[in-house]
Amino acid sequence: MRVTIKRDWIHGWLLLAPAMVFLFAFTHIPAITTFINSFYSTPRGQRSAKFIGLANYERLLGDEVFWKVLVNNLWFALGTIPISVGLAIVMALWVNGKLAGRSFVRMAYFTPTVLPLIAVANIWLFFYTPGFGLFDQIVGGLFGWTSTNWLGDPATALNAVIVVTIWKEAGFFMIFYLAALQTIPVTLIEAAQIEGASRWTVFRRITFPLLMPTTLFVSVNAVINSFRLVDHIFILTDGGPDNASSLLLFYVYETAFRYWETGYAATLTVVLLVLLSALAIGQFFFFDRKVHYK
Amino acid sequence: MNRSKLSFDQCLNTAAAWFLALLWVLPLAYAIWTAIHPSAYEARFVLTAPLTFENFEKAWAAAPFARYFLNTFMLVSLILAGQFLLCTLAAYAFARFDFPGRSLLFTLVLLQLLVMPDILIVENYKTMRLLDLVDTIPAIALPYMASGFGIFLLRQTFMTIPKELDEAARIEGSSFLGVLWRVYIPLAKPTYLAYGLVSVSHHWNNFLWPLIVTNSEDTRPVTVGLSIFSAIDSGVEWSVINAATLMTSGPLLIAFLLFQRQFVQSFMRAGIK
Repeated sequence: MRVTIKRDWIHGWLLLAPAMVFLFAFTHIPAITTFINSFYSTPRGQRSAKFIGLANYERLLGDEVFWKVLVNNLWFALGTIPISVGLAIVMALWVNGKLAGRSFVRMAYFTPTVLPLIAVANIWLFFYTPGFGLFDQIVGGLFGWTSTNWLGDPATALNAVIVVTIWKEAGFFMIFYLAALQTIPVTLIEAAQIEGASRWTVFRRITFPLLMPTTLFVSVNAVINSFRLVDHIFILTDGGPDNASSLLLFYVYETAFRYWETGYAATLTVVLLVLLSALAIGQFFFFDRKVHYK
Repeated sequence: MNRSKLSFDQCLNTAAAWFLALLWVLPLAYAIWTAIHPSAYEARFVLTAPLTFENFEKAWAAAPFARYFLNTFMLVSLILAGQFLLCTLAAYAFARFDFPGRSLLFTLVLLQLLVMPDILIVENYKTMRLLDLVDTIPAIALPYMASGFGIFLLRQTFMTIPKELDEAARIEGSSFLGVLWRVYIPLAKPTYLAYGLVSVSHHWNNFLWPLIVTNSEDTRPVTVGLSIFSAIDSGVEWSVINAATLMTSGPLLIAFLLFQRQFVQSFMRAGIK
């Protein structure tokens, strides 16, 4: 008996070893060294990195761009998450119900998911072009407004990026809701309808509560995405004008790979990681009371 | 009375669903319109506009897209092969073996769902420089090979496979790897298909990390190539950029339209957990 247990141990460890090597090399160790490097200066030429204590963090507190980017990112999260998750639920309900041309509608919702974000940005860039772009033509034609530089105006640039992100993400989240909706027993809803419940009551009292685990899963994903998706910014605005549409990860990229300040970039990454963990853990607690597990 | 109200309700819902659907395809439809018409019709929608293939030809000639496609193809295959191998072994260990440190290690795997290599770009770049791998395709692929998501997904699938099958194969003399090969992997085929589709579409579309770690034509995937191509905003016409854009997303898009049902089901399967 003892021998078999030991063999199980060895087999388990051996099977796990390759994956663990990769996981540690590219996720866990970098996360730790990021934290360590945030206390060091950026090595330049012959000068190696020097321990500078909290200097990077002090710089962070006084860095106007950092605060702007942080606020931008929170707006970005607030702007994309509720709308794309809400749209996803509505889309899933539509596609799951009786609907003429259901497969076309489902395809339409889901297609943006398979497009690269870079390609999406290219397509939308033309929409936003002042004067010439489709957005301006429609708005100008309907309301007679003068042309707007949607991406060039600090007041609208971030919102323009948010719209693109919602378009890209809603269909992706819809899939998870669609999967969840199909597990809800039809009898439950029929019973409620026989009792005379309206569609809204059925949704509010039965469907929505049963979708809660999915909502938790989707919103955690959405939060992670709101800190991870920056590809389209490269094409649409490049963070501009005056950092009005820059996000945290984009600023990390700029700091590390345009200004080559890797020490400070590590500090920014630490903020990103802390924020991400706090939000994810917070969501688990927030939803915990509301999620009904089977 | 009730019935007419219901059907009115249904009409309204159908109309709204269709309106949103049309809104959702509009950007893509528009990109297709400009790509297959001469640039004079970029913003003029006339049914008689002449069709042309010229924009695609121009785009194809203006940048080494053939090379970019080859790079992406190699990248996606490399990642997929690595993920299947590493994740299968790890998932098997978590699903069927009892060993000290199992739950701790599993937590560490799940942690990767939150702390992704996508975010750790600064340190991973340093690692690649240390390994002297900067500007190679393996450098783009390596951080994604041990995927926490893949391990989790396969573990869940392996755990649903009855232990009796496992034991029967062992009695017949299969080793522990033989059992994995003959029992677990064949029974998990749908999960592999689902995970494969999700992984391929994800890495085909990935941009930031490849942008950082590549700096030559020989390694750039299509996304990076496209961004460079469209960034030369001086002379390139919109219709040509749109053609290039469609070209780069084309293979995935066509695959999606052909295998729509499988795609959607795969994403669903990957999401249910």
